Amino acid sequence: MQYIMLDTETDFDGWRKAARSLVLHHVPPGDVTWTVRGGEADLFAPSSPSPIFEVNDGTFNVPGKFVELAKAAILHRDGERFAILYRLLFRLKESHDLIEVATDADVALVTAMAKAVYRDEHKMHAFVRFREIGRERQAHYVAWFEPEHHVVELAAPFFAKRFADMPWSILTPDLCAHWDGHALSFTPGVSKSEAPGEDRLEETWRRYYASIFNPARLNVKAMQAEMPKKYWRNLPEASIIKPLIEDAERMTGAMIANAATDPHKPQKRPEAPMKRKPAADDLETLREEAAHCRACHLYKDATQTVFGEGPKNANIMLVGEQPGDKEDLAGHPFVGPAGQMLDRALEEAGVDRKKVYVTNAVKHFKFVPRGKIRLHQKPITPEIRACRQWYEREVSVIQPDLIVAMGATAAQSVFGKITPIGKNRGRLIELPEGRKALVTVHPSYLLRLPDPEAKVLEYRRFVEDLKIAAGLQKKAARAA
Amino acid sequence: MDVQRKLEILADAAKYDASCASSGTEKRDSSDGKGMGSTAPGMGICHSYAPDGRCISLLKVLLTNACNYDCLYCVNRASSNVPRARFTIDELVKLTLDFYRRNYIEGLFLSSGIIRNPDYTMEQVVSVARKLREEHHFRGYIHLKTIPEADDALIAEAGKYADRLSINIEMPEEASLQQFAPEKDVRAIRRTMGRLRLKLDEAEESRSAKTKARPQRFAPAGQSTQMIVGADSASDHTILHTSANLYGAYRLRRVYYSAFSPIPDASHALPLIQPPLLREHRLYQADWLMRFYGFDVGEIVDDSAMLPLDIDPKLAWALRHRDRFPLDVNRASREELLRVPGFGTRTVERILATRRTTTIRLADLARLHVPRNKALPFIVLSDHRPSPHRLDAAGLIERFKPKATQLGFGF
Repeated sequence: MQYIMLDTETDFDGWRKAARSLVLHHVPPGDVTWTVRGGEADLFAPSSPSPIFEVNDGTFNVPGKFVELAKAAILHRDGERFAILYRLLFRLKESHDLIEVATDADVALVTAMAKAVYRDEHKMHAFVRFREIGRERQAHYVAWFEPEHHVVELAAPFFAKRFADMPWSILTPDLCAHWDGHALSFTPGVSKSEAPGEDRLEETWRRYYASIFNPARLNVKAMQAEMPKKYWRNLPEASIIKPLIEDAERMTGAMIANAATDPHKPQKRPEAPMKRKPAADDLETLREEAAHCRACHLYKDATQTVFGEGPKNANIMLVGEQPGDKEDLAGHPFVGPAGQMLDRALEEAGVDRKKVYVTNAVKHFKFVPRGKIRLHQKPITPEIRACRQWYEREVSVIQPDLIVAMGATAAQSVFGKITPIGKNRGRLIELPEGRKALVTVHPSYLLRLPDPEAKVLEYRRFVEDLKIAAGLQKKAARAA
Repeated sequence: MDVQRKLEILADAAKYDASCASSGTEKRDSSDGKGMGSTAPGMGICHSYAPDGRCISLLKVLLTNACNYDCLYCVNRASSNVPRARFTIDELVKLTLDFYRRNYIEGLFLSSGIIRNPDYTMEQVVSVARKLREEHHFRGYIHLKTIPEADDALIAEAGKYADRLSINIEMPEEASLQQFAPEKDVRAIRRTMGRLRLKLDEAEESRSAKTKARPQRFAPAGQSTQMIVGADSASDHTILHTSANLYGAYRLRRVYYSAFSPIPDASHALPLIQPPLLREHRLYQADWLMRFYGFDVGEIVDDSAMLPLDIDPKLAWALRHRDRFPLDVNRASREELLRVPGFGTRTVERILATRRTTTIRLADLARLHVPRNKALPFIVLSDHRPSPHRLDAAGLIERFKPKATQLGFGF
């Protein structure tokens, strides 16, 4: 039998050194007894630890995950933890993959121990309550806490980083942690009689605790699952838990039974905005009216109506299909990826974008949600038809010479019927009132092409189409 | 009125907002010696729990409960006779720091009634955050309620100081919002959520961009919202459809569901009954199925448009799709495993890691933290195969229903 004595309850380095040596000497787990200096088991140990393990010869690899688990599990209060960890280590030497087998008894046990330690650390972060000793600048903050496992050293750096600007001490029966504004230090545990007295803010904290509680949702079991009674004795708010529970039913009953009282003073209400009837269509009134459009169901799932934009005296009007994800959020047409593609092509073709009115055939974003993204969906004929009134009224205000329909949806809206792109693109088509139309592809079509060569080719064709618009714009500028 | 009394009134006014999270933000601490505070980026810390089972993580208060609006479901509506109070900015800043220093809280969750106009209200809320961050170098968590239609510059400033921003959608349907909250405008709410998402996206892009320029900061813990459940007649299908839409459109971190709860001096237009807590719980489960388990709304809710109350939504789905079961745990894909009743996301990860080395048997279920009763009819293990007769039996559902006496929720 090998007797190993560790310096402290949390002596991971000592355990690691001994365990490494034991494994290298092929000492089976059943032949090792682990003790802690000054601990109870110490009484039965021989006066000196086994000599061969003073020699440290060689190393071997273990999965990083084991080291991480062992560092936590060793802080567990279970007296068997050193032996359990050694047993797992001994088996891991043969098979590294064992650590991934959640169904193995030792792996499950060590994982559960580590989990209990992390939980206790987390609860310590949550439930430590500092009490102010002395006032203001000379104040020192002291807490009394009783952790379930040996987590003081594990939990202390959190408080040092959080409360760097104030000196504090956390007193526990095992070990006390101190921060002086510069460094952490640890001293032996103390008894509860050393705990500080009530803090001046605790009554205010209790008032908050009572007020934030909703008696109509009383659920004591859920509270105790997360805040077990063992922590209550050091929580200043715990003293009012019982009265709050006892009073909850009465308070809820009263809220349900008591009728609402009449308002005792005339209430100021914001004035309703004046609704003015537009005398004639102008862009701003059109935009405002369209913002409340309910002509089809697309408004429901979209953020907002995305109306056209551009100068009122534009002689070219570009019509796209519908706003996309980004346009829907921003409320402006062609600000997303397709818009960037369009800008580039317009510049290359020599069209001055600032003198162009840009809009869409359908003014709400149509999509289906797929988890965290919204997938664009092509609008159908009833939706295009329902939205056409806005396009028509935009045309009558802007009075453009040329309307560029980009994509099939835009072409359907501009011509009032399904109009294939392939057969009609690249040439001027007469519209009523002396206007001309030009049909081309939608810039998002270019974005979707998978073949890079086709992409370049199609982009060139798109720019060529837009050059027709550029020519017209220059002619109009010369005429003006 | 002293600060303690104000705190009682303004905490009471804030408690119907279910959000309390202090998680998911950037890593910060005060080890540079300037100021105080830190964040726990992985998971937030709940410093206490009220007897309603809800966590207390942040100091959750209103700046004032005076409000121009008259939303029927709200305890602070203009026509309610609850006592009114208003913190000064300095009072609230001091209270936050005093509570934080004693380790009572992770930070501040600040909302406000609408006073004067949206911009004025937003400016007041932002002022508290500005003072905490700029003057006191407070590094703790800040959640600010965003007022719809507030000026863009104020929203940008709110995002600079806050970890999380939120705007409540309040009702699952536009019509019920119009009915219950006539001054609120769902279009304005959605437009503002859209603006927040654009700013969140921009900040994310600037963080990942490989330039030396300091990334612009905007609410690293994202945005969230809340929907009240049970005040109007919206079905669970409508509620979940709205959630799916909001998650997709505005990249919300969370949609909170808040069972409509009786409030002091309540309006007669509302159902004053015990809050539908079990329904709220089922909605959260369904929400999780959408976000972490790959379910679509249409799969979760059947034709009745309501989630069953007696069994959880995943089990209900499995019972409607018995042809897909039993599933071989040692072979099935991750996506399939996620659909087995009783299997959580962590269980599935453990199963995938374990079965690379060994096969999974009946005796292993406990160590995988799988509830046997729920999972067994749906799975095949190396030493377990449910009889097909049992899976097809009409009475299978009875196995899962809680005993009548256990139906109560809470106590």
